[in-house]
Amino acid sequence: MKHTLAILVENKPGVLTRVAGLFSRRAFNIESLAVGVTEKPDTSRMTIVVSGDEHVFEQVMKQLNKLIDVIRVSEIPAGDAVNRELALIKVGVDSSTRAEVMQIVTVFRAKIVDVGIKSLVIEITGDEEKINAMEQLLRHFGIKEMVRTGKIAINRGAKTVKVGK
Amino acid sequence: MAKIKISGARAVIESLYKEGVEVIFGYPGGTVLPLYDELYDADIRHILVRHEQAAAHAADGYARATGKVGVCLATSGPGATNLVTGIATAYMDSVPMVAITGQVPSTMIGNDAFQEANITGITLPITKHNYLIQDAKDIPRVFKEAFYIAGTGRPGPVLIDIPKDVQIELIDFEYPEEINLRGYKPTAAGNEQQVKRAASLILDSDRPIFYVGGGIIISEASKELLNLAETLKAPVTTTLMGMSAFPTSHPLSVGMLGMHGTKYANFAIQESDLIIAVGVRFDDRVTGKISAFAPNAKIIHIDIDPAEIGKNVRVDLPIVGDAKNVLKSLLNHVKDGKARTGEWNKKISVWKKETPLTYRKDDLLRPQYVVEQLNAVCPDAIIATEVGQNQMWAAQFFDFKTPRTFISSGGLGTMGYGFPAGMGAKVGKPDSTVIVVAGDGSFQMNSQELATVVQNDIPVIVAILNNGFLGMVRQWQELFFDRRYSETCMHNCVDFVKLAEAYGALGLRATKKSEVRHVIEEAVKSGRPTVIDFVVEREENVSPMVPAGAAINEILELE
Repeated sequence: MKHTLAILVENKPGVLTRVAGLFSRRAFNIESLAVGVTEKPDTSRMTIVVSGDEHVFEQVMKQLNKLIDVIRVSEIPAGDAVNRELALIKVGVDSSTRAEVMQIVTVFRAKIVDVGIKSLVIEITGDEEKINAMEQLLRHFGIKEMVRTGKIAINRGAKTVKVGK
Repeated sequence: MAKIKISGARAVIESLYKEGVEVIFGYPGGTVLPLYDELYDADIRHILVRHEQAAAHAADGYARATGKVGVCLATSGPGATNLVTGIATAYMDSVPMVAITGQVPSTMIGNDAFQEANITGITLPITKHNYLIQDAKDIPRVFKEAFYIAGTGRPGPVLIDIPKDVQIELIDFEYPEEINLRGYKPTAAGNEQQVKRAASLILDSDRPIFYVGGGIIISEASKELLNLAETLKAPVTTTLMGMSAFPTSHPLSVGMLGMHGTKYANFAIQESDLIIAVGVRFDDRVTGKISAFAPNAKIIHIDIDPAEIGKNVRVDLPIVGDAKNVLKSLLNHVKDGKARTGEWNKKISVWKKETPLTYRKDDLLRPQYVVEQLNAVCPDAIIATEVGQNQMWAAQFFDFKTPRTFISSGGLGTMGYGFPAGMGAKVGKPDSTVIVVAGDGSFQMNSQELATVVQNDIPVIVAILNNGFLGMVRQWQELFFDRRYSETCMHNCVDFVKLAEAYGALGLRATKKSEVRHVIEEAVKSGRPTVIDFVVEREENVSPMVPAGAAINEILELE
């Protein structure tokens, strides 16, 4: 079972190490991790996808809450949230395949951000499934390199994850 | 308040004054020279140890004996890494401690400079929190936070790493009045609704038992526990960490539970219908085979650390809060109820009669007898233990009456802990008799501290139960490895009397039962740091014993 966590932390050096270290020493599995500053410059937000049963997940939440630099931990429910990931994919092309790849990019509403004689760099955002689907298709043309950000997530509607509730 | 410009090192001393620190256990070195220069005429006692590990253990023992935050100090690199075992020991047993380390100048960090070690990285998993100070202006805030974090909630060690250049930098010193930690707000009061539910579960039960640990001692809830147990007429069992939280000779006490607990404590847990667990963490040494633990009992778990609840066992009713607060309000809810524990207590007293904690009482000098005699001569002593058989015998055969009189490394099981911890306890409680119950193996892990106790006139008594073996490991080899005593024999290696004398301490020896009482009395009378070499039966076992992986009522009596 996968869970998505939004973790608000102090925007200080070393905090990522504390969080990541906790996962490794408690034998919790991180599937994906993304981090960046929030609307408040002193606060960063991590989005972590963990796998494990309910018991493991409960321990993850509690242990995270014990870290002094962790301000708030909340679960982003799978159904009621916007999940996004960004990927940059470098695909090998030649004159016979370039048009086809560009067509796929259009269908997926992705973007071509760099054009070379033998390659294209494609930028795609979307949920995990969409990016996986794109990757599958592009594999036929030869993926030379790929980089993904890891998932970020936000609740739908008025519900927020904020400091001090 | 008028501001004065002072160095970072001076700011550290001023911060320690503000926190009421009276004593530091430490060892100097290159990167803490500015700090030691300030200590030279500071109004803080400094105990110069002979190994930094002992500084950490002594600060720990001081903290456990007094309830105050213990402070230790070491230089960068090897000084800092030598603290690591002591910090890990304190972390496992929730001991409030602030460890201060020097660091190479901030401009050199990351360059593999001389005596550089990334001590904040190293201690990340064994501290409650740690700091690398990069700007001297942060010193007052960091110290304020560190002492607060170390001493509140579930206590624990906090490390502060201070580069040498930061110690020299000049700052305006102003100690903060308030703490603003967005991510740290421990819950002290228990949820009132949960407490009410707990009260009705308790009044509904026929066979309740209190299972209490170090949390009672930390929150100073012994009086509340005693009131509650007497009101409910419910038996009390303590963990190793909970020894001294409840008087062991009280009629409701069933002593320690678990691997080397009393049979009747283990039977009582297994047959109870309600466990009121307070300040405990259901450690594997306590529960034995977890699936067979207390099969018929509901569990109320009271702890200040929410992460402990439901970690190892399913809990029927959790209460997050400080033990003292929760027990106090629990008492209000049950005091008018009627206890129906008559049958239950009768059953337990039969078990007590049938399966007492005992050993063979013949003419031979057995280690249990030594502990009994220590108890007879010094009934109010603080007992610090090493780890292994000596630790178990001290827990089993000394009669603990008041909290903070049993000081032992429970979670980490650190050999070499007891002697320096006893030294720290004696510094914190100079009017108490402090006895270190040691094994010959453990004592040799930090015996160099004899120099420290002599130099600083810290008259602890080290009672070595000398069997010439790493006794607990030997016991396991006897029971589970066909008596193949692989590397556990240390027979006749050290003359402990001469060792003591070499350091200027008093050395005494007893080889017969008849000599035991006399040497203990002589040690007490001398008022000097003393080592007593009790040459005891070599292959005595700690009994009873729950084999690893068995249920706790499958407890064996050993020869």
